[in-house]
Amino acid sequence: MSEAIVKKFMFVNRKAPYGTIYALESLEVVLIAATFDQDVSLVFLDDGVFQLKKGQQTKGIETKNFSPTYRALEDYDVEKLYVEKESLDARGLSADDLLVDVTVLGSAEMGALMDEQDVVLSF
Amino acid sequence: MLHIINKSPLVNSTLADCLRVATGGEILLIEDAVYAATKGNAFEPKLNDAMKRFKVYVLQPDLDARGVGDRIAAGVTAVDYGGFVDLTVNNKNCQSWL
Amino acid sequence: MANIEVAGNNYETDEEGYLVNLTDWNADIANYIAKTENIDMTDQHWEVINFLREYFEEYQIAPAVRVLTKAIGKKLGAEKGNSEYLYGLFPYGPGKQACKIAGLPKPTGCV
Repeated sequence: MSEAIVKKFMFVNRKAPYGTIYALESLEVVLIAATFDQDVSLVFLDDGVFQLKKGQQTKGIETKNFSPTYRALEDYDVEKLYVEKESLDARGLSADDLLVDVTVLGSAEMGALMDEQDVVLSF
Repeated sequence: MLHIINKSPLVNSTLADCLRVATGGEILLIEDAVYAATKGNAFEPKLNDAMKRFKVYVLQPDLDARGVGDRIAAGVTAVDYGGFVDLTVNNKNCQSWL
Repeated sequence: MANIEVAGNNYETDEEGYLVNLTDWNADIANYIAKTENIDMTDQHWEVINFLREYFEEYQIAPAVRVLTKAIGKKLGAEKGNSEYLYGLFPYGPGKQACKIAGLPKPTGCV
């Protein structure tokens, strides 16, 4: 392969996991995108932070619990996970409530990180 | 950077979420978000405040469809579909606050 | 939709032969699917199948080949964590073919 062009891809996740299909769709696209050796980061904002909440039990709603898959992202070399502090605070959550290690950023830092991206995929 | 909003700020926090996180750049209001750009709506003061950091555009056909084409708030620029395309092309990247 | 019959029982599969209900799976079904794929199951094959089952149990996905190869290397040693070894066992791809035998869905992103 000739000089590979690496672009910065950011997936912005703003929806809670089971009310709509956005969260699962985003996760599937991330897993596919991981194949292309790009600079991938995942951002969790607003209700999107609920995607990472520990202890999800979906038996009662007869829906697949895809939350364990976030822990496989490391195997896919997707290691940049960012969560906005204000979104956590507004939902009574902290980083300890999340099922993966994340970097917690303030709104301003998150906005600046978004500006840096070549491609933003919105979910 | 371009930020696209498509929900009314009177029933949905999307525009407020965007204003909290985004550092600046351009905002385009489409679909039900066009109500944010109408004179006298409850969100107008916040939009005026945001216009210190952002240039705000609104999609004219969506205003017209809702019968509020003649009520654009001061400082907001109306664009047609061609203007929509120009905004996406002229910005490095774009986030749709779904 | 299609069906396979193993030991007198009927099991639903998709057009490509992947089990529809993941909970149907058992060793007899694995051996049956392997035979249709012209694979004679050995201990080495089972090692990979069991690994895939455990991976799915933990993460709820069938890993992409690249991920599987790396993870097998970590767990079972470098002599097994390489494509030559894995394709030797599953000529049509350790993702596609092994997942089918393991009763898992096709790995995400695998066409």
